[in-house]
Amino acid sequence: MRHIPAEPPAFFHRGPSPLARLTFFGVISLALLFADTRFRYLEQVRYVAGVVLAPVQRLILMPRDAILNVATYFLDQQELLKRNADLERKLLQQAPVVQASPVLRQENERLKSLLDMQARYPGAATAAEALYTGRDPFSQKLFIDKGSESGLVPGQAVIDANGVVGQVTRVYPRMSEVTLLTDKDHAVPIKVERSGVRAVLFGAGAGRLPELRFVAPSADINNNDVLVTSGIDGTYPPGLAVAQVASVERETGQMFARILARPLAGADRSRYLLVLGKVAALPPPPEEPVQADSVKRGKGGKGRRAKE
Amino acid sequence: MPIGPEVILKPASAWFVLLTLLIAIGANLLPLTGTTLLLRPDFVALVLLYWCVHEPRLIGVGAAWLLGLVMDVADATVFGQHALAYAVLAYAALYLRRRILRFPLSQQAAQVVLLLLVCAAIVAFVRVIGGASFPPWMYFMSPFIAAALWPLLSVVFQAPQQPRRSDSEL
Repeated sequence: MRHIPAEPPAFFHRGPSPLARLTFFGVISLALLFADTRFRYLEQVRYVAGVVLAPVQRLILMPRDAILNVATYFLDQQELLKRNADLERKLLQQAPVVQASPVLRQENERLKSLLDMQARYPGAATAAEALYTGRDPFSQKLFIDKGSESGLVPGQAVIDANGVVGQVTRVYPRMSEVTLLTDKDHAVPIKVERSGVRAVLFGAGAGRLPELRFVAPSADINNNDVLVTSGIDGTYPPGLAVAQVASVERETGQMFARILARPLAGADRSRYLLVLGKVAALPPPPEEPVQADSVKRGKGGKGRRAKE
Repeated sequence: MPIGPEVILKPASAWFVLLTLLIAIGANLLPLTGTTLLLRPDFVALVLLYWCVHEPRLIGVGAAWLLGLVMDVADATVFGQHALAYAVLAYAALYLRRRILRFPLSQQAAQVVLLLLVCAAIVAFVRVIGGASFPPWMYFMSPFIAAALWPLLSVVFQAPQQPRRSDSEL
């Protein structure tokens, strides 16, 4: 029996057939994908489109904000008094540290200048509010309500009251995109506060704890150690709390220990964030040495060190 | 195919189609987080699929591709990801529309699930190739939720097309 086609023959030709259209648009899509992932040609287009869409996105946020405002209006007075008392107690606990801080900083700067080292403190910080998380289930991003109009540039660190949240990656006029600590493409150079071991914390994607990679099994890291930024690489200012070690696995035969850490920031889902100013630029790295020297240098930089 | 067997529908107005697409884009832009975000059905894909099946002359592969670009820009994802997925979805809808329309509403939903799964799979595949991590398995539950909305959507979208009863009808 002759094969009966699924579609009747086309009586009226209305332009190219669907398959021709699909091929055409498919090829254009692939070209766009390539241009976007490899060459980043489309950042300008995305910037303009982001500016155009910003009012639409604010409009869509309005119902949610209205509901949140109504909810806070009806908050119990007891609850408010309790929160107030908690905050005052926390402030009091941090008072000695805060009051000593300018003195310590001055002393530190003086000592560093004596040793001819450059003090690298971040510039003024900007307060911002988290608008919403990115709607892409593949990457961990957050949107805040300050943009280039407030002086933000890509690369600034973002923290909340408990620790590092992430880094500003894209800046629009009135809004910025922050890549979170847990994003797969994000890495923070950290230092264990207790022992001084340096390592790098890599994000592992949605729902998974970030992990410290390339740490030797003999490194001095235990459960519940607090990890702070080490300030190497000039992106994050040193000394900011990042995460707390959740599990350490040292298996014989494995070259590296498997260490997972829980981020400290966002523990209370805070909406209020601080964007730190950029750290003073590092001097450019030295040029690659000739082959004879490279054997002597070994692995430098952010590699793991057993001792400081 | 109209809902009732004896009803002949009026044609869909282009403004209504545009309105539904705009509402779908707005629904896709809702700021949801966490599990709700993973389970949220892709409203634009669903509405696009509906109009490709019912009004293929108004919405075709080209319109689907443009909508995909709009979604890419709005969602700050890689450019061309949703565009490719929606273009393929529109083509599949145009090819299979006669078969889909031959079934009652409940069984249409079963066929729609497969098309939406393919669309979601293309989106995930493109992102993973671009370097993102593989999404949690709940991401592939959203086409089922979208397909569950299909019968309701069909009834609601066909409401403006119902013919007016004239008084002279017996």
